Amino acid sequence: MSHTTEITADTVLDDAVDDLPAASRARRLPFSLWHLVLIPLTFVLIAPLVWMLLTSLQTHAEATHFPPVLVPEHPRFQNYADAWAAAPFGHFLLNSLIVTLVVLVSNLVVCSLAGYAFARVQFLGRGALFLTLMATLMVPFQVTMIPVFLIVKWFGDNVWDALGIDHIGALMLPNLATAFGIFFLRQFFQTIPVELEEAARVDGTSRLGVLFKIVLPLSLPAMSTLAALTVLTSWNDFMWPLIVVTSTDQMTIPLGLSYFQGAHNTQWPLLMAANVMSLVPMLVVFLVAQKYFVQSVASTGLKG
Amino acid sequence: MPTESLASTGTPRPSLFQRWSDGLTGWALVGPGALLILIFGGLPVLMSLTLSFQKSDLLTADAPWVGFENYRKLATDPLFVEAIKHTLVYTALFVPGTMLVGLLVAVAMNRSLRFISVYRSAAYLTMAVSTISQGIIFMWLTDQNYGLVNAALNTVGIESQPFLSSPSQALYVIVAMTIWGWTGFAVIIYLAALQAVPVELHEAAAVDGASRLTRFRTITVPLLGPANLFLLVWLSINALQLFDEVYLTTRGGPLRATSVIVYYLWDQAFVQFNAGYAAAMAYALFVVVVIITALQFRITRKYVHNA
Repeated sequence: MSHTTEITADTVLDDAVDDLPAASRARRLPFSLWHLVLIPLTFVLIAPLVWMLLTSLQTHAEATHFPPVLVPEHPRFQNYADAWAAAPFGHFLLNSLIVTLVVLVSNLVVCSLAGYAFARVQFLGRGALFLTLMATLMVPFQVTMIPVFLIVKWFGDNVWDALGIDHIGALMLPNLATAFGIFFLRQFFQTIPVELEEAARVDGTSRLGVLFKIVLPLSLPAMSTLAALTVLTSWNDFMWPLIVVTSTDQMTIPLGLSYFQGAHNTQWPLLMAANVMSLVPMLVVFLVAQKYFVQSVASTGLKG
Repeated sequence: MPTESLASTGTPRPSLFQRWSDGLTGWALVGPGALLILIFGGLPVLMSLTLSFQKSDLLTADAPWVGFENYRKLATDPLFVEAIKHTLVYTALFVPGTMLVGLLVAVAMNRSLRFISVYRSAAYLTMAVSTISQGIIFMWLTDQNYGLVNAALNTVGIESQPFLSSPSQALYVIVAMTIWGWTGFAVIIYLAALQAVPVELHEAAAVDGASRLTRFRTITVPLLGPANLFLLVWLSINALQLFDEVYLTTRGGPLRATSVIVYYLWDQAFVQFNAGYAAAMAYALFVVVVIITALQFRITRKYVHNA
């Protein structure tokens, strides 16, 4: 965030403030009048989350009172224990963790190997292979999901049943590498000065050595960005788990939450407690690594 | 522009051994990734195509060829036509709605203030909320009997609305909840674009006496072009693929009022087990997405030349 742009913002968009007779004096106030716009705006944006949190602490009687009780009289934390006991949330959480972790590690390793080769190594068929892989980026998931279902079923029947239908393996297998990850890392690797690598190569370091000792340590921001995107996509994925998983002990959080919603669809405090529990891990990760999540969004499209 | 690769930076032509060794290394490095993507991203594109000319129930191996039967059916299926209509209405509201909300929030947050990063974090946060969590929250907010939204309507003298249980309102509730869910994404894109506007342009225009509003209209807005275009395309592609929220909140109802293309497709493939027909539908969707993407490439190229 450069300091120049901040000036831009104020110079361009202070019309509302300027129209006020007190505008010149407003500049000398200890706080900017923009807070009076931003505080309600922010509140509206997070109100749905706040309401979820408040409801999760209400009794059933409070939740089914109209007009609504805004703040629960005696916060009922028991809702969380009840929700946890009413569905195998431990399973859901563990499955989500395993799936996300495996998909994350695999993507980082596989995509950096391939991205590096596409960026730096000359080999026969490189251009054609790269174009073929990138072409798959344009294909909507709905086009491939039916055949992928059949392929995963085949893997389960013929290779290892833990990879097949109704196993969390089926949630990992098709997502172990992404064309976007390869593309993204290749673009980044190409910006690293090639001289650094040449020097090491002359000293007899192997390609893999160069990748792991020189290129990857310089690529931590890009790797973190890809990691953020992968975690978010994998953790929140719903449609594919819905298609391949039916047993509750194989469900990930979004699918388990949807299952729980179907079974307890009017017990709002329980539902909201379950919802809070399933949101917390992702929200924590998001807030801690926000910079990389923001970067990952900006990188999805604006690179052209 | 990509920098040149190691082998072509002006060093002498590598030896035959070097080229063979590079070739093997290259293939070994791309091998795992390429194989995975070809199996789970490439091959299915072809399988889907053949499937769209077959009658298949997914479960039995027997899948007779039916020629263009599935595509013919597509053109005359009233439920598919209805699903297209719902999808278009949804897209036409969701895309501009998200862009407008995203731009307003981004403009409000594009300034240096104390706590600005707190405000921004709050705006980004909606991005981390899964479609399912979001759906459950909005079902509760818009509940016909106990919902907060109806309570708010009542206080201003409007009677309670059925929202998701009304065929004439459900789709609009889904529009609202998905706009909320995508706001963080749009804000990030617009903030990045706003911050890239060179301050010198504004200074020069200000010296020439241009008002703030004029400068916003003539400098900032045109420079937002690429961000607008990206969001237009990205949000449209996602809107055409709407599924999670519909599945969770309405299952396409009430009275099929929220049956959108992908919901109908999923229902045909994995509930009715008409996999061939669903594949044909997926291909129709594919063609639309490719056209949108191609348009984006063309227009982006134009922008880059003009910039």
